[in-house]
Amino acid sequence: MVEKKRSGYWLTHFGLILGVLFIFFPVWLTFVASTVTQDAIIQPPLPIIPGGEFFENYANALFRGAPEGYGARVPVMQMMINSAIMAIGITVGKIVISLLSAFAFVYFRFPFRNLCFWLIFITLMLPVEVRIVPTYEVVANLNLLNSYTGLIFPLIASATATFLFRQFFMTIPDEMVEAARMDGCSPMRFFIDILVPISKTNIAALFVILFIFGWNQYLWPLLMTTDPDMQTIVMAIDSMIPTGDDFAHWPTIMATAMLAMVPPVIIVVSMQKFFVKGLLESDK
Amino acid sequence: MEKRVFFKGWWLPALLVAPQLLISFVFFFYPSGQAIWNSLFLPDPFGLKTEFVGLDNFRFLLSDPYYLASFKTTIIFSTAVSVSSMALGLYLAALADRLIKGAGVYQTLLIWPYAIAPAIAGVLWLFMFNGNIGLASYYLKALGYEWNHTLKGDQAMFLVILASSWGRISYNFLFFLAGLQAIPKSIIEAAAIDGASFWKRFGTIVIPLLSPITFFLLVVNIVYAFFDTFGVIHTITSGGPEQSTTILVYKVFSDGFVSQDLGSSAAQSVILLVLVGILTVIQFKYIERKVHY
Repeated sequence: MVEKKRSGYWLTHFGLILGVLFIFFPVWLTFVASTVTQDAIIQPPLPIIPGGEFFENYANALFRGAPEGYGARVPVMQMMINSAIMAIGITVGKIVISLLSAFAFVYFRFPFRNLCFWLIFITLMLPVEVRIVPTYEVVANLNLLNSYTGLIFPLIASATATFLFRQFFMTIPDEMVEAARMDGCSPMRFFIDILVPISKTNIAALFVILFIFGWNQYLWPLLMTTDPDMQTIVMAIDSMIPTGDDFAHWPTIMATAMLAMVPPVIIVVSMQKFFVKGLLESDK
Repeated sequence: MEKRVFFKGWWLPALLVAPQLLISFVFFFYPSGQAIWNSLFLPDPFGLKTEFVGLDNFRFLLSDPYYLASFKTTIIFSTAVSVSSMALGLYLAALADRLIKGAGVYQTLLIWPYAIAPAIAGVLWLFMFNGNIGLASYYLKALGYEWNHTLKGDQAMFLVILASSWGRISYNFLFFLAGLQAIPKSIIEAAAIDGASFWKRFGTIVIPLLSPITFFLLVVNIVYAFFDTFGVIHTITSGGPEQSTTILVYKVFSDGFVSQDLGSSAAQSVILLVLVGILTVIQFKYIERKVHY
C-alpha cells in the first residue's frame, strides 16, 4: 500500500462502519419491531433495543397469523414452504435445462444449431414483467393458475444460465473429450461423469443466484395465486398491510418480513465465495 | 469460438435442447408475439370483440399526458437509483480497497442485502417512514418537517428511490471492489512516488480504469430500476399519490390488470420490449469491445 498514516487508517474504517450501519439499520429496526408488543410500536418512538416478545410474535406469524381483529389472519408457515418449493423448482429446473442445452450447443453439430442458439439467446432480453399480461393468459389457458408448475415454469424461460455454462464448457480442453471418445465413452456418459462434476463450482454459484431470484419473485406470484394456500411469503406481506394502517398488527408483519429475509440471506452469506464468483462472472 | 472435437449424431442434441426450446416457445415467444399482436387491436369495453386499429394504440399512448408523465417519472427514478447506489457502492469499495486486512469482513457485512427482495425492502422503509408510527417520520416531525408520502408526490418519490437504492448498494460495491482490486498496485505506487495525492490518483488513474465496469453497472442498474423495483413501488406507494411514482412497468401492470385496458397495456409492453432491446444491444456491444481489448 501507498500511505500508512494512522489517521487515514481510522477514517477508512469509520467510513466503512457508517456504510455498514446504513445497510443494517432498517433491518435492525425490523428485528426490534418483531420482538415487542403492538403497544410499543403504535406509541412512537420505537425503542431501539429488542423486547421480550420474540417467541410469541414469531409463533403468531408462523402458525396463527395476527391476533383477532387485525384483518386477515394468515399463518406464513405454508407460504414459506411454497416459497421454498418455487425457489428450488426454478433453481433446479433452470440449471438442468441449461446444462443440457449448453452441452448440446458446445459438443454437437446438428441442423438448425445456429437458429436454436439465437432463439434461446433472444430470451435473455426480456424480463417476465414486460410480457406479463399475455404470459398470464397462457398460464390461465393451460389451467396452471394456483399451481407450482405455473409458478415455476414461466420463470425458467431465460438463457442466462445457458450462456454461463456454454462459456465454461468452451474453456474445457478438447483433450478431455478426445480421451473420453478414445475410451469409448458415450456422449451422455461424458456429460454425467465428466462435464457435470467439473462444473460443480459454476453450478453452486448459479444455485445461489437463482435461489435468490426465485425466492424474491413478487409480481408473478401476486398475479398467479388467488388461493391462499399457494401464496408465497414475499408476495403475501403486502396484503398484510391494510391501506388504513390503524389495523395493521406490526409485530406480526415485521416477524413475517424477517422470516422472508432470513432464508436467502443465510444462503448468500454461507455460500459467499460461490455467490461472489458467480455474480461477477454471470453478469459480465 | 468453436470446439474442434465433438460428438456425432443429431437426434441426441435435438433432444437435449428440446426442453429449453419448448419452455421458451410456450412462455416467451408466444406471449411476446401475443403482446405485439394485441398492441394492434382495441377490445370493446365488454371484451366481446376486438377491432383492428393498427398503430392507433401507440399514437394514443404517445399523446397521452399520463403515459408521457410516467416516462418522465421512470427517467428521474432510474437515474436517481442508478447514480446514488453506484456512488455509494464506489465510495465503500474505494474505502475497502484501501485496507490490507479486513476488506473481506466488510464485504460480508455489505453484500447480504442483495438477498433481500425489493418488496421486503419496500416494507422495511415503509415502516420507518410510516406517518403514524415510523421512527424516521417521528424525528422529522420533531424537527418541524411534516412527512406524509401518501399525500406528497416528491416525498413518495424520495422514499421509493431510497428503498430501491439501499439494497442495490451491495451489488455495485461488489463489482467496484472487484474492479479496484484488479488494478495493478504498481501503477498506483508509481504515481504515488511521482508525488500524486490520493485524490489525484483516484481521479486520473482509478476512475478511468474503472470506466468499463462503471458503464456496465450503469446499464445493469437502469434495467434493475426499470423492472425489478416493481415490488418497492407496489408495497410503498402503489404508484401514487396521483401517479407520481408510476414507472412504466407499473403502468403496464395497472393498465393491464387493474383497469383491464388490454390494447394500451400491450402497446406499452411493446415499447418496453424495444427499450430493453436497445439496452441489451448496448450492453453486448460493450462486452464485445471488452473481448477485443
